[in-house]
Amino acid sequence: MSIVDTAKQAAQGLLQSAMEKLVPLAPDSWIPGGVPDPLIARKHGLIGKPVSRLDGALKVSGGAHFSAEHRFDGMVYASLAYSTIARGRIVAIDSAEAQAAPGVVLVMTHHNAPRMAAPALFGSSPTAVGASDLPILQDDRIHWNGQPVACILAETQEQADHAVSLLRVTYAPEPATTTLEGAKANGIEPGVFMGGPLENTIGDAEGAFASAAHKVDHTYRTPRHNHNPIEPHAATLAWIGDELVIHDASQMVSQQAQTIGEVFGLKPEQVHLTSPYVGGGFGSKGLWDHQIIAAAAARLSGRPVRIALSREGVYRIVGGRTLTEQRVAIGACADGTFQALIHTGLTVITPHNAMPEPFILGTQSAYAAPNLLLKVEATRMDLLTNTFMRAPGEAVGTFALESAIDEMAVELGIDPVELRIRNEPEKDPTSGLPFSSRHIVEAWRQGAARFGWDQRSPVPGARQEGEWRTGMGCATGTYPYYRMPGAEARITLTRDGDTVRAKVEVAAAEMGMGTATTTAIVAAERLGLPIEAIEVGYGDSAIPGAIMAGGSQQTAAIGAAVIAAHTALVDELLALAGNDSPLAGLSADEVGSDEGGLAKLDEPGRRESYASILARAQRDSVTATKAGSAPLELMHWSMHSYSAVFCEVRVNAVTGETRVSRVLGAFDCGRILNPKTATSQFRGGIIMGLGMALMEETMVDDRSGRIMNPSLAEYHLPVHLDVPEIDVIWTDIADPHTPMGAHGIGEIGITGVAAAVANAVYNATGKRVRDLPITLDRLI
Amino acid sequence: MSLIVNGTAVPAPADARVSLLDHLRETLHLTGTKKGCNQGACGACTVLVEGERILSCLALAVQYDGRQVTTVEGLAQDGALHPLQAAFVEHDGFQCGYCTPGQICSAIGMAAEAQRGVPSYLSDDLSADTTLTRAEIQERMSGNLCRCGAYNGIIDAIQATIAPKVPA
Amino acid sequence: MTPFDYARAGEVAEALRHGTAPGAAYLGGGTNLVDLMREGIARPDRLIDVTGLSTTIEERADGGLLIGAGVRNTALAEHPAVRQRYPMLARAILAGASAQIRNMATVGGNLLQRTRCFYFYDVDGARCNKREPGSGCDAQDGFNRIHAVLGASDACVATHPSDMCVALAALDATVHVAGPQGSRSLPFTDLHRLPGDRPDQDTVLAAGELITAVELAPLSFGANATYRKMRDRASYAFALISVAAAVEMDGDRIADLRIAFGGVAHKPWRATKAEAALRGGPATQQAFLDAAAAEFADARPLRDNAFKPALAGRALAAVLGALTTGDVA
Repeated sequence: MSIVDTAKQAAQGLLQSAMEKLVPLAPDSWIPGGVPDPLIARKHGLIGKPVSRLDGALKVSGGAHFSAEHRFDGMVYASLAYSTIARGRIVAIDSAEAQAAPGVVLVMTHHNAPRMAAPALFGSSPTAVGASDLPILQDDRIHWNGQPVACILAETQEQADHAVSLLRVTYAPEPATTTLEGAKANGIEPGVFMGGPLENTIGDAEGAFASAAHKVDHTYRTPRHNHNPIEPHAATLAWIGDELVIHDASQMVSQQAQTIGEVFGLKPEQVHLTSPYVGGGFGSKGLWDHQIIAAAAARLSGRPVRIALSREGVYRIVGGRTLTEQRVAIGACADGTFQALIHTGLTVITPHNAMPEPFILGTQSAYAAPNLLLKVEATRMDLLTNTFMRAPGEAVGTFALESAIDEMAVELGIDPVELRIRNEPEKDPTSGLPFSSRHIVEAWRQGAARFGWDQRSPVPGARQEGEWRTGMGCATGTYPYYRMPGAEARITLTRDGDTVRAKVEVAAAEMGMGTATTTAIVAAERLGLPIEAIEVGYGDSAIPGAIMAGGSQQTAAIGAAVIAAHTALVDELLALAGNDSPLAGLSADEVGSDEGGLAKLDEPGRRESYASILARAQRDSVTATKAGSAPLELMHWSMHSYSAVFCEVRVNAVTGETRVSRVLGAFDCGRILNPKTATSQFRGGIIMGLGMALMEETMVDDRSGRIMNPSLAEYHLPVHLDVPEIDVIWTDIADPHTPMGAHGIGEIGITGVAAAVANAVYNATGKRVRDLPITLDRLI
Repeated sequence: MSLIVNGTAVPAPADARVSLLDHLRETLHLTGTKKGCNQGACGACTVLVEGERILSCLALAVQYDGRQVTTVEGLAQDGALHPLQAAFVEHDGFQCGYCTPGQICSAIGMAAEAQRGVPSYLSDDLSADTTLTRAEIQERMSGNLCRCGAYNGIIDAIQATIAPKVPA
Repeated sequence: MTPFDYARAGEVAEALRHGTAPGAAYLGGGTNLVDLMREGIARPDRLIDVTGLSTTIEERADGGLLIGAGVRNTALAEHPAVRQRYPMLARAILAGASAQIRNMATVGGNLLQRTRCFYFYDVDGARCNKREPGSGCDAQDGFNRIHAVLGASDACVATHPSDMCVALAALDATVHVAGPQGSRSLPFTDLHRLPGDRPDQDTVLAAGELITAVELAPLSFGANATYRKMRDRASYAFALISVAAAVEMDGDRIADLRIAFGGVAHKPWRATKAEAALRGGPATQQAFLDAAAAEFADARPLRDNAFKPALAGRALAAVLGALTTGDVA
C-alpha cells in the first residue's frame, strides 16, 4: 500500500470518526428517515398484499435463462484443473496429451495466460469484490488445495473435461498450515471486519462474571459450511471488439463488472455484465477465479467461452463459511438480570483474505448487561478463502449466545423466554444509540402464544412417545439493518396516448428473494400507477449505480434510491408542466404521486395526470436518475431485524436421530412489503438454519487442507422430509426511519435457528450439544 | 438413432458420453432442465421418460434411443401452464427457480407412481393403496433438493393440484 | 470421461461376446457407473448396455422369486409378491437413493455399486487402494465416520453402500451369473468380498461375467420382517447403519430368524453370530443386545465411527423387539 493510499485512508478514517461522533447527536430531521416515508402511511395499496412473483411463469416453464444457458456463435467450453497440494510450487505441467486430445482449442496455464492484475480485495474500494487478492494463473505458486492450475477449452464439455484428465502436473510441496492447532501455534490476531476491530469492552466483564451469583461458561464450535446454491457457478462470455460481455450469476452485478474490468485494464464501460436470473447465492455468487480465467481464455483463444463449474469445482474454488470456536460466559443475579456477558473466540481466515466470521455482531445489541466483553480473534490457515454466507456472524454467533442463554435459564430455573425479556435493553448496549424500531418482546409474546410454549415442560426428557422424545426450544434471532451507499435508480415514464408506463431500473440482483416483484410493488405505490404499468430492470451493469444483494440491504438501498429518483422525476415533471398546469408554481415537496399523476399533497383536487403533463409538453417520455441519500441513519439509530424462533424436535431414544417436528418464527422486521415472498425468505433462512443445526459440515482433511465431501451426496442439505411446515408470523410494525418502514429479511431467518434446535434437543434429552452439527452419534 | 423429446424426434448424439441432460441443454437448447450436481444428488435434472421420472444427468442420451422424453418445456398445453406449474407460482413453490423444473417433473412422476400403488419407505402397509399424505409426498419428493428452502410451498402446490387425484 | 463405444445387447450371449473384451463394462441404469466414469474412477472403452436383458420377475413354484438382473429397483419394490412376502426387500429398496434413481437403477447394477468412501472418490487428491491398488489408504486416518468396523483390513476400510443388498444378504438369495466359461450360481453372501489385500475387487465375479438374475428362496416368515435405516438426514442419504431382520416365533421363543447389517463392512453383513445366539432363545431386549455384542465382538472402530457397534446393537434390539411382539410397520 502506498503512502498516498495510507494518507487517504487516514483522512477517510478521520472523517468517518468525526461523522460517528456528530451524526448520533444531529436532530432526527437532518437524517435520512428522520421524516417518515409517506408510503408507510398508505394502507390501501399493494404493499402488504401477497403478490406472486412476476417472473414466476417463466421460471416454472423453463423459460428463465440462467448464466450457463446463454450462447454465442463459436462458443467453446471450459474445464479447470485444480491443485492437489495446499502450498508450494508448480514444477511442471505436461500438457502434450491434453493438447492433442480431440476438440481441444486451448490449454491455458500460468505459462501462457495473459498478464492480469490481481482482483481488488472485497472492501478495498467501494466497488472491489475480489474474494481474495491472489493473482490468478500468473505464477507457479499454490496457495490452497483446489486452486485452479490450468484451464482447457474444447469444442464440447465432454472433450474439455476429458482433456483435463490428461494433464500431468508436478508440484514441489512446501509446509502448509492445515490444522487448527498448527494455525494457533503460528499466531492469533485481532479480528477486523469491514475496517473495524471486532471488539467491544464495556465495564469489567471478567471481574463481574467472577463475582456473579450464577454463571454459565462454555465453548461452542461450528464447522465450515458451504452455500450450495443448486445452480453451480457459471459464466458465458465473449470479447466483442474491445468489450467483454459476460452472462454471469452474480449478486453484485456492477461491482463485479468493475472489478473484472480492473483485472483486464478495461474502462468500466468496456465490461457489460448481465445476470437477470441467479440460481441461488446466499453470499457465494460473487467474483471467483472462474470468470477471470474464462475471460482470459476467451481472449487468448479468440473464442467465446462457457465456464460452468462442476459441483466439485464449486467446492474447490468458491469459499464458504469458516469455522468458529466461541466462548460465551454469562454472569447473572438470581432474578435473571445479566451482570456480565462475555462472547469471545476464534475464527479461521487465510493469508489472502480478510473475512473473520464476525460472530459477535448479534451480541453487540442483544441484551442489557452492564459489563460486556466481545471479541473475535483470527488465525490463518492455507486454505481456500472463506467468505460471507447467509448472516455472516449472526448465523453461528447466535448459536453460541442463544445456547448459553438457554443454559443460564436452566441454571436459574427461569423460563428461557422470560429470561430474554428480563434482559431486554432500552438502548443499544454497545453503541448507546436509541433503537429505531425494536419490538422483539411483542414477537416473543405473540410467538409463544401461537406456538403453545406453555405446553413445554422445563424438565428435560419429560415427553416420550414410543422411541421418540419430544422437546421444545427457542432462541432470539437478529440481523442488522444496513443500507449501503452507491445505489441509484433510473425512472422512465413513457406515454402511449393516455396510457403511461414506468420503467424502474436499479443495478440490483435477483436470486429469488423476490426483489424484482417487491420493487415493482413499491414503485407502483410510489408512482401512483398500477403494478401492470411497471417494468423493473435489474441485473445489468449498464444500469447506473451499484447495489449489492448482500447484507439484507438491497430492498432498503433500492427503496432510498427510488425515493430520490422519484423526487427528481417530480421536479422534472413540474418543470414540464409549466404555467398552464393546475400544478403551476408548486415545488416538488408540495406534491406527490397519486392515481397516475401528480397532486398537491394537502389539496388532492389540484392535480394533473402524467399523460396530460407529457402530452402538453409534447414529450413521449421523461427520465430521472438519482442516487439514494448517504446512509447516515445507521450512525443515528441502532437498527436491526429481530426474531423469536420456536422449535419442537423429536429425538429417537434408540438411534439418536433428530427430526424437527415444528418451527415457528415470529419476526419483527418492520413493515412486510410482500407477505408471499417474505414468507419464503423467512422459511428459506430457517431451513438453512435447520441444516446447520443437524447436518451441514464442509469436511476439510487437516492433513491435506482438501475438502473431502465436495458433493451434494456427501454434504447433506435438508431434503423435503427434513422440513416440517414452518409457521411464520410478524409484528408488521413499520420502522418510521426506513424506506417503506421495511427492514431486511433475507438473513434474519437463519439466525437463532441452530440454537433453538439445540435447546429443543436439550429439552427432549437432557443432552447439551455444543458442537454442530447435532448428528445422531452425538446423542447416543 | 433418435429420441422423441416433447413429441418431436431428435437425433441422438454421436458422442456416447453425452448425457441426456447435456443433450437437452447444449444440443437441443432446451435449458429448462437444470444441471445442479451432475452426479445424481440433487434432482434438478429430473425429466419424464414415458411418464416415469428419471435423472437426466446419469442417463446417457444414447441409452434413450426411441424413448419419449418430456421436459418442463413440454408440460404446458395450448400455451397454458400445467396446473402444477400454475400452483407453484400461486404457492410460491420456489425462490431462485433453478430446482423448479426438476421439482415439477418429479412431482408429476410421483403422482403417477402413487396412482399405480408404488409404496414408499414411510408406508405402514406396503400392500395398501397409497394415500399421499404430506409426509408421503415429502418422502417421495426428497430426491429433489431446494437450497432456497421453498419446500413448504412445493408441497402446498402438489397438494393443491395433483395429489388429490391419487385415490385415497 | 474417457471416450467409449456404446452397444446395446439384445441377448445375454451377445452381451458376453462383447463383455469379455478388455476394457469393456456392462451398463445398467447408469446411476453409479456413469458417475464413476465422470469422476475418472471407471474408464471403460466400451459399454455394453444390458438393461434390455432379464427384465422379468418370475414366481417360482416353490414360492420363491426369480428376479431378472435388468429389473428396475422400483419395479422390484412394487411387485406384489415382494411387498407381501419379502417386505424387508421392498423396504430396503425404498430406503435407498431417490425415486428417480430407483426408477433407473437395475437389480444387477445395485449389486455392483461401489463404495462412497470420500478418498475413493477423490481421484486427483487422495490415495486409495481400492481405486489404485498399492497406493495406500487415506481413510484409515482420515474422515471415516461412514466406514467399516467389521472385516476391514489395513488396505481398506470402505463400506458397501447398497440398502437392497443388505436385505438380499438376510434373505439367503442366490445370484445367477453368466460368463464366458458358462453359467454358475452362488450364494448372495459369497458375491461380495472382504477387502483383504485386494480391495480393488468388490466381488468374486470374473472378468466378463454378467449377473443375470437374483433368486429368492421361499421364506415362511418373510412377511414378519423389516428394514430400518439410520442416516444423517431423514431421506436420500446413505446408511450410517441399517438393519434387515426377519423373525419366526414359537411361543415366546425365537424359532428362526435372519439378520443382516449395512454400513458396517466392505460387504452387506449377514449377522450369523447374532442369529446363532438368538435362535431358539428368548426374545428379550437383553438377549438382542447380547447377540449384537457377539456379532460386533471383533469390531475395530476407527477415529470417527466408534458409535457404530452401539448404534447397530440398539437398532437391532428395537427392530427385533418390534418383530417379536408383532408391533412392526
